[in-house]
Amino acid sequence: MKALLLEIFYVLAGLVSIITAIHALRDEKHPHRNETALFWFLFGAIFIIGKYIPAALVGAMLLLMGVLTAMKRVTFGSLANAADEVRQQSADRMKNKIFVPALTIGVVAFFVAQVFKSLGGLVGLGFGAVAATVIAMVMTKEKPKQFGYDGSRLLLQVGSASILPQLLAALGSLFAAAGVGEVISGGIAGVLSEGNILGGVIAYCVGMALFTMIMGNAFAAFAVITAGIGMPFVYAAGANPAIAGALALTAGYCGTLMTPMAANFNVVPAALLETKNKYRVIISQVPIALALLVTHIVLMYVWAF
Amino acid sequence: MIKLIGVLIIVIGFIMKFDTIAVVLVAGVITGLVGGLGFVEILTVIGEAFIKTRYMSLFLLTLPVIGILERSGLRERAADLIRSMKSVTTGKVLTTYHGIREVAAALSLRLGGHVQFIRPLVNPMAYGAAEKNFKDIDEETEDEIKGYAAASENLGNFFGQNVFVAAGGVLLIVGTLGELGVEVTPLAVSKASIPIAIFAFVYGAIQNYFLDRRIAKKLSQKNSGTTAAEVK
Repeated sequence: MKALLLEIFYVLAGLVSIITAIHALRDEKHPHRNETALFWFLFGAIFIIGKYIPAALVGAMLLLMGVLTAMKRVTFGSLANAADEVRQQSADRMKNKIFVPALTIGVVAFFVAQVFKSLGGLVGLGFGAVAATVIAMVMTKEKPKQFGYDGSRLLLQVGSASILPQLLAALGSLFAAAGVGEVISGGIAGVLSEGNILGGVIAYCVGMALFTMIMGNAFAAFAVITAGIGMPFVYAAGANPAIAGALALTAGYCGTLMTPMAANFNVVPAALLETKNKYRVIISQVPIALALLVTHIVLMYVWAF
Repeated sequence: MIKLIGVLIIVIGFIMKFDTIAVVLVAGVITGLVGGLGFVEILTVIGEAFIKTRYMSLFLLTLPVIGILERSGLRERAADLIRSMKSVTTGKVLTTYHGIREVAAALSLRLGGHVQFIRPLVNPMAYGAAEKNFKDIDEETEDEIKGYAAASENLGNFFGQNVFVAAGGVLLIVGTLGELGVEVTPLAVSKASIPIAIFAFVYGAIQNYFLDRRIAKKLSQKNSGTTAAEVK
């Protein structure tokens, strides 16, 4: 039941991507409309038929998508939101009612995960999204076509980065297949003995923060550090994986707070606010980031074991 | 050691700001090759993992409705609400925003943003509160307020989002651990994200409290009304 429902939601998600491809293709002001359309068409196709074709072919499609983004051919185009005044008028008219569909997504997802445990939060997210769409359709009286247009607008805005989490998971599984984790953990084993739980927890949390600071991306750090440090020194030592995993990722976010590499969060806002010191945002965040990092270590050590 | 070349490629690629997707794919393919896998084998591993982790991209289903809500003034309404909050000090403005931002993120509402909220709304309100209570605000203090305003956005965003059961970070944890042979459910991960979300909020509130104290110490009061007692 769960697998079937999820498969249906994957097909719907794939359709969103294919509709995006069509809107990109029809966007005459788009400088690279063919390549952008191809990218979203491939992504959608992987969602819908990927399960039934050889996995190597899916891998090849992903490499082709990588070539398109490397050549900077996957871009936004000219799909437009409503004018400022129109949005303000609509907000004044709808008042807090406008939050109802948006909240529906989260509430339904949590409800399904909690009550129908066999279905899980992902099926819940699917139902939440469908319910929210129906409610919004009734409330705003917008046509289904407009939903397709605005969904495409958002997906084009998020851009190719939206496939990054999945690619990082794939990278993690290549690292596992190639034995990268063993090499890193072998190196650390010289310093840290297996079974030293506190040492492992510190290495995992601090490793996440440091690696995130270097790369500016906690998601990428998570794939690498979990394979190298988390597996042998934390999970293998019997940690509760949900707790250790959740804390490891947010330990990485402590690193995000302290690095100019995370330009979107730390450097761009400083420029936007016209601060005198261009590292002002980072300076404001370092004390709290360090306090949180220590809290992560304590929580993981006490709560996950 | 040569197997670590993928890690090196990622670090260098990210620092050099090459295209992220391409960097990850190149790192993966080269790691596979030095690890002794054939090219078709590598494509198979990537393809299989990608199909298996499709659930990470289920947020696509929410884009049409969110797009329509944005068209109908979702952000504008949120801005109206924040504008109407009655906070008397700089620190309280920032703590209130941090709280709203974090709860919204936990409900999967992406209602924040430096461009949409901090620059046009939160920073002016925080500065306005200081202006109301004190005279002659110096440049250093103004800069400090800006820094903490941006920080309240980042803290609320980062530590609230994983409380949502289908957040990108939660699914990344489930997917990465799954690829490495450890099974966890998204619900368990999202519940495990609650304590640190609370800590982040409390620490932020403490930091903003001390900001108020520092401002009160440094600048002279405009008048000895109720606000002076508030910040003491």
